[in-house]
Amino acid sequence: MKQLSTKVTSNGHGQDSSYFLGWEEYEKNPYDEIQNPNGMIQMGLAENQLCFDLIESWLAKNPDAASLKRNGQSIFRELALFQDYHGMPEFKKAMADFMEEIRGNRVTFDPKKIVLAAGSTSANETLMFCLAEPGDAFLLPTPYYPGFDRDLKWRTGAEIVPIHCSSSNGFQITESALQQAYQQAQKLDLKVKGVLVTNPSNPLGTALTRRELNLLVEFITSKNIHLISDEIYSGTMYGFEQFISVMDVLKDKKLENTEVSKRVHVVYSLSKDLGLPGFRVGAIYSNDEMIVSAATKMSSFGLVSSQTQYLLSALLSDKKFTSQYLEENQKRLKSRQKRLVSGLESAGITCLRSNAGLFCWVDMRHLLDTNTFEAELDLWKKIVYNVKLNISPGSSCHCTEPGWFRVCFANLSEDTLDLALKRLKTFVESTDCGRMISRSSHERLKSLRKKTVSNWVFRVSWSDRVPDER
Amino acid sequence: MGSLKKNGGAILSRIATSNQHGENSEYFDGWKAYDKDPFHHSRNPHGIIQMGLAENQLCVELIKDWIKENPKVSICTPEGVHQFSDIAIFQDYHGLKEFRQAIAHFMGKARGGRVTFDPERIVMSGGATGANETIMFCLADPGDVFLVPSPYYAAFDRDLRWRTGVEIIPVHCSSSNSFKLTVEAVEWAYQKAQESNKKVKGLILTNPSNPLGTILDKDTLKNLVRFVTRKNIHLVVDEIYAGTVFAGDNFVSVAEVVNNVDSSEIDVDLIHIVYSLSKDMGLPGFRVGIVYSYNDSVVSCARKMSSFGLVSSQTQLMLASMLSDDQFVENFLMESSRRLGIRHGVLTSGLKKAGITCLTSNAGLFVWMDLRHLLIDRNSFESEIELWHIIIDKVKLNVSPGSSFHCTEPGWFRVCFANMGDDTLDVALRRIQDFVSKKNKLAEKSSDNDEIIQNNSVKKQKWRQSNLRLSFRRLYEDGLSSPGIMSPHSPLLRA
Repeated sequence: MKQLSTKVTSNGHGQDSSYFLGWEEYEKNPYDEIQNPNGMIQMGLAENQLCFDLIESWLAKNPDAASLKRNGQSIFRELALFQDYHGMPEFKKAMADFMEEIRGNRVTFDPKKIVLAAGSTSANETLMFCLAEPGDAFLLPTPYYPGFDRDLKWRTGAEIVPIHCSSSNGFQITESALQQAYQQAQKLDLKVKGVLVTNPSNPLGTALTRRELNLLVEFITSKNIHLISDEIYSGTMYGFEQFISVMDVLKDKKLENTEVSKRVHVVYSLSKDLGLPGFRVGAIYSNDEMIVSAATKMSSFGLVSSQTQYLLSALLSDKKFTSQYLEENQKRLKSRQKRLVSGLESAGITCLRSNAGLFCWVDMRHLLDTNTFEAELDLWKKIVYNVKLNISPGSSCHCTEPGWFRVCFANLSEDTLDLALKRLKTFVESTDCGRMISRSSHERLKSLRKKTVSNWVFRVSWSDRVPDER
Repeated sequence: MGSLKKNGGAILSRIATSNQHGENSEYFDGWKAYDKDPFHHSRNPHGIIQMGLAENQLCVELIKDWIKENPKVSICTPEGVHQFSDIAIFQDYHGLKEFRQAIAHFMGKARGGRVTFDPERIVMSGGATGANETIMFCLADPGDVFLVPSPYYAAFDRDLRWRTGVEIIPVHCSSSNSFKLTVEAVEWAYQKAQESNKKVKGLILTNPSNPLGTILDKDTLKNLVRFVTRKNIHLVVDEIYAGTVFAGDNFVSVAEVVNNVDSSEIDVDLIHIVYSLSKDMGLPGFRVGIVYSYNDSVVSCARKMSSFGLVSSQTQLMLASMLSDDQFVENFLMESSRRLGIRHGVLTSGLKKAGITCLTSNAGLFVWMDLRHLLIDRNSFESEIELWHIIIDKVKLNVSPGSSFHCTEPGWFRVCFANMGDDTLDVALRRIQDFVSKKNKLAEKSSDNDEIIQNNSVKKQKWRQSNLRLSFRRLYEDGLSSPGIMSPHSPLLRA
């Protein structure tokens, strides 16, 4: 390597992970109903493609926003020149309102505390630059979004120390897991700067419970560190529970305007809720003026295109549209998730009970030859190359237990989803285990409800979740 | 770097708490003054005219007309909305193929068709700001050094250094040879750095130059390429103003040199170009930055890093069409050059009438104005700042003092001319002419410069009170302002 930086020569970008390799395989042989019916079906992409028709019809009804006009006058010149890193005030107001609406208007967001970024990818990296020195650590509950390895660590030099979560309690965060992670960081001589959680969780598809959120706030208070809550999936909550944001918890604990509230930061984006990842709209929300100030300057490295800000400020300011959209979005996600879950069940496969997100956390431990990550990778390869489904293995998400997979359901049509489920069922039935299962899948499901002590631990996900207090 | 600030005990990073972003300079006094009192023909004819903003507003109408005639390139129009969902989900960091092809094509056209660019080497970034930072992340580790010819674009201090930890060492150019960059000067700076045990990773320069508006001659560029090859260090050329050449010698892109120099003398793995549409096309709001490298590893790494600053897919789609329209592009580039040339002529001849000369230039959106003869003390930057404050407060023009570009000689100012209407430029020139003639009359009348000294010492006091300190850590124009202040808008926008 000729005199290049260590960032080029290292693997810090994280792209050699199986998470991305699956995508590459998909690119080589992508499914198409007509042109490539035997191609690979993409279920490793957490995209929300269910509600574009709603946005398209809004565009049809709003010609001014669509054609870069304000009150009939072209504002093209203004937009072409607008590069103020404070962002368009109308846009930030619209974002703040939208974020409030998603949280049932229980909490308020001040537009002046919003910093725009080029997607949450950039928002997360920017927060790291503001909060951590090279070598400092952030604690993250596992399993976590594989992209964090790149976004949080690559150019910042920060480290991630995992908070191990296990299937024994539905992967919820516990006090002991938090303490263990903190101690582990200290053993490694790493200074812990904070905790970062994704809520609702990627890849689990579950929203954090109030208990977990309280735990987190208490933990960061006692350790005097930061809490970043990446709430990128906040608008995809389809379960019967309400989404609880860390902001709700601060309010309920009467911690607003305290010193602790300055150490709690929210990251948001329109890539999942609105399904617009191409437009690169991310945001940081912080009560700490210094962070808002520093992050605003850093946003120069990734501002949101002015034409996009303008279009979206009009879209999000239409309250009738946003409330309709959020409701419909949740309905469609719920129905899709149900379809996936029941399809999996008929193949004898269960999932962690999910109530948010664009994916399910699927339990395929019973399909492993051995309870090892090698076996998980073997299974994954079979699913990718033989079954032709790209799903994400738990190891790529740093899960500590082999056999879990993330399967996305909102980035493909119903028909394609059905086909994917059919292929999976066929595959499962073709394995020894599968034959056993298909003979009495119903009975097996019944037996899953009992706690059995064996190497292959079957647990029904819904009895593991601590019921939410609400 | 700044000290660690304790925020109730939880500490922020050094990056967040230091002044390395360069924005706390009193340079922004000019901006603040403009924001408080912006010129407007009818509503505020005595307000401050903004001449510190290197924007190209001369050809926006051409783009608007094209957009009107091409409704299908917008995902929002009835003609184009069928593309909405595909574009809305498109976040592939390779970028839309049509976009890369269009950019490569446009870059060739902006260089007179003398060189072609490979779309596979086009990498997106968040404006040239993002591109410059990204290339530093790829080429240098914290503590490494890049050489930069001075005077240089003020925001390089932030873009190249702030989050990357890279150090900048200036290669000083002087008026004695019209601020031309010489290989000898680069060699000397390189050696000095080596002697101080610093690891020089490369040389970065802007060509055409900001703030000089001049272009590098072919031989110097070739010799620079040979030099970096011999020393095995990188050469990054920021060609953001490539399409703003309005007269004289043809602009020679480093890409042409890559094609024309003997391959034994040049290691192409060391050559990188930064580009953007913010100046040539006048679209800074759309955030289109490009990293173009001849080094495959750098392309690959920069592409992964582009995740931190991709171009909005909505923008990619529109530009893919626009920049592929040869007729539009050729006409645009030609017309833009023509209008820039005229503007430049009006400004320089107007300044000449006031006895003010500028560095001879044939590119860029500004001139490098020589006001050394108006300084009380030709060797003092304090004098320069005092003169600058007079220009802001009395002449009511916001221009940029040379010290903010790390110029080593006091008395030079960058004056922008493409971000305003013809009438506004006329008003600005008249004010300058009035100011100079008054000054001359005073000089004739009063015995020596009593009154001027008095005025200046009042100014001195005033500014000393406000902590007048010449900081060499700085600033940048282009829409940036201290927190709480909106970016300056051209008076035209308020019309």
